[in-house]
Amino acid sequence: MAALIETEHLSRSYRLGGVEVPALRDVTVSVPHGQFIAVMGPSGSGKSTFLNLIGCLDRPSGGTYRLDGEDVSRLTADALAAVRSRKLGFVFQGFHLLPRADARANVELPMVYAGLARRARRERAERALARVGLGARMHHRPNELSGGQQQRVAIARAIVNEPVLLLADEPTGALDTRTSLEIMALFQELNRGGLAVLLVTHEPEMARFAERLLRFRDGRLVDDRMQRPESAAAALDALPAADAA
Amino acid sequence: MSSLAIGRARRGSMGLGTALAGALSAIAANPLRAALTMLGIVIGTAAVIATVAVGSGAREVVLAQIRSLGSNLIIILPGAQSTGGVRTGTGFSQTLTYDDGTAILRDVPSVALAVPGVRSTQQVVAGGANWSTTVQGTTLDFLEAREWEIAAGRAWTAEEEARAAKVALVGESVAVALFGDADPVGAQIRIRNVPFEVVGLLARKGQASTGLDQDDLVLTPLWTARRSIIGASRANARAVGTILVKVHEGEDMAAVEEDVRALLRQRHRLAATEPDDFSMRNLAEIAATRDASARTLSVLLSSVATVSLLVGGIGIMNIMLVSVTERTREIGLRLAVGARRRDILLQFLLEAVTLSLIGGLAGIALGVAAANLAAASAGWPVLIEPAAVGIAVGFSALVGIVFGFYPARRAATLDPIAALRHE
Ligand SMILES: Nc1ncnc2c1ncn2[C@@H]1O[C@H](COP(=O)(O)OP(=O)(O)O)[C@@H](O)[C@H]1O
Ligand SMILES: [Mg+2]
Repeated sequence: MAALIETEHLSRSYRLGGVEVPALRDVTVSVPHGQFIAVMGPSGSGKSTFLNLIGCLDRPSGGTYRLDGEDVSRLTADALAAVRSRKLGFVFQGFHLLPRADARANVELPMVYAGLARRARRERAERALARVGLGARMHHRPNELSGGQQQRVAIARAIVNEPVLLLADEPTGALDTRTSLEIMALFQELNRGGLAVLLVTHEPEMARFAERLLRFRDGRLVDDRMQRPESAAAALDALPAADAA
Repeated sequence: MSSLAIGRARRGSMGLGTALAGALSAIAANPLRAALTMLGIVIGTAAVIATVAVGSGAREVVLAQIRSLGSNLIIILPGAQSTGGVRTGTGFSQTLTYDDGTAILRDVPSVALAVPGVRSTQQVVAGGANWSTTVQGTTLDFLEAREWEIAAGRAWTAEEEARAAKVALVGESVAVALFGDADPVGAQIRIRNVPFEVVGLLARKGQASTGLDQDDLVLTPLWTARRSIIGASRANARAVGTILVKVHEGEDMAAVEEDVRALLRQRHRLAATEPDDFSMRNLAEIAATRDASARTLSVLLSSVATVSLLVGGIGIMNIMLVSVTERTREIGLRLAVGARRRDILLQFLLEAVTLSLIGGLAGIALGVAAANLAAASAGWPVLIEPAAVGIAVGFSALVGIVFGFYPARRAATLDPIAALRHE
């Protein structure tokens, strides 16, 4: 079976006032299916640029990228959209939920573009919400949910099309410690089910739950190591009880 | 892997119902803004509806008039016709005579009837009642030419006509004004102090399209009117005010008009360089001039419609651009979860069209109300044709598509990353 992610000399640069500014330089990396990876590095080091390329939201300036065996580095915008629809799920720092839609309708959105019929959408959205622990909040709108719950809705939306890779850019940046750990525990649980996770974070406390750590600096991949992932569920249990209120 | 099931299910585009529900909810999120945006479309489509309704109402009136008067009638009047179609010297020229009518009937084969007439406005008195009305001196053929029945009593006889008997036929309005519910037949009326016997009551014709009451009329034999009412003091005792020519069914009106014109010019000994000293009109032409005023109104309304639809379209474009900017993050998210360019394009296009269609429907309601009002005040029938409603709906949809396209394109070409980061 081909690797999930395979990049060769992947690079991305932006033109700013006639000058080429490299955001990502010469990244060659291979990721098997089902891996939980954390991407770390200082601000501006190219983490998001890397995630956007891996997430098919962007196209590289140089190098190649094969996703699940398919070269996606030169696809058209609509072909990339189709790849995102079939294989990828996104979780963002700012949740990005539609404010007027309830939780279920938000989770249905990717299936709308995948062309599923309404009934199938409903059923699968409800199952996905149950899976992230929000079975009782189907009809709440985002403004009726806490930050952690909103991020769970976003995760349900990301997994509802049964992607092979979940991409999360600073998903806990706007959440407190307990809620962040809950989200990480959810990621680990999804990962145990076979879903690969690419987590961009600048917090080492979150990166420790991944089994592999990529470090970027000035757009370069400077460190790539495997690690023994800690359990987010255990970390949650270890939190002082007073915090639970 | 498991994602293949979705890959196979993916089809051309999202369902229309889902897309429409999305468009409606986006509009409902800002109802006041939507309502203000629609205003131009509302007025524009209302004007479209009113234009067509007024146009077809007026056309219906003209057709009804032709039906009621007969399309095969030509009216000849004395005096020249000015270039603008306005006759000069009406009622004073004495260039048309009774004998012209006789000659037309005799020499132009297509002519079925030639009915001379003199008309004047007179005070008519019966007992204590008194009524100002049109008194028309004419021949018995008049009733046939106008297809006018006698409701009660009888028409005057040929013998009465020949000796200029003082007999009269009254229209229904005159009868009601002078006699109320009483039977006018056999009663006496005085016109210019001359006593007349009412021998018959004309059948009711109703209002003409012009609003003129056709039943407000008294008929007397031609020579009676000439001698007893208008007076024979004028130079030409055989002069008449009109000759009504009825042409046989199926004849070419223009050709008959030419024959009549040639005959009259010859009879009046006009040199080739001299203009006609009479004028001719057929009822279709008269109807056409009346149609022109309706057309003016239509032109006015069409301009209002055009300007309003344009303004409405620009309003929609403006509001859609605002909406695209406000919802940039939403667009980014939709792209991230798999929306294609055309999905976004269609979403915003559909929203613009929905907006303009709702405005269009409101405009149709307003237009129907306005057309009813206009028709009521002009005495026209209200004619809201399904085609007009179709045109109005089509126009508003078109405005939505044309003016919604640019904002929708802008939304569809957004870069997903930049859109997701948009604040
Ligand atoms: N759209 C863009 N235009 C120009 N420069 C950009 C753009 N996006 C990112 N960059 C630059 O690329 C570099 C890497 O950015 P990014 O990947 O967002 O960093 P990180 O996510 O690690 O903080 C930064 O120097 C940033 O300024
Ligand atoms: Mg970043």
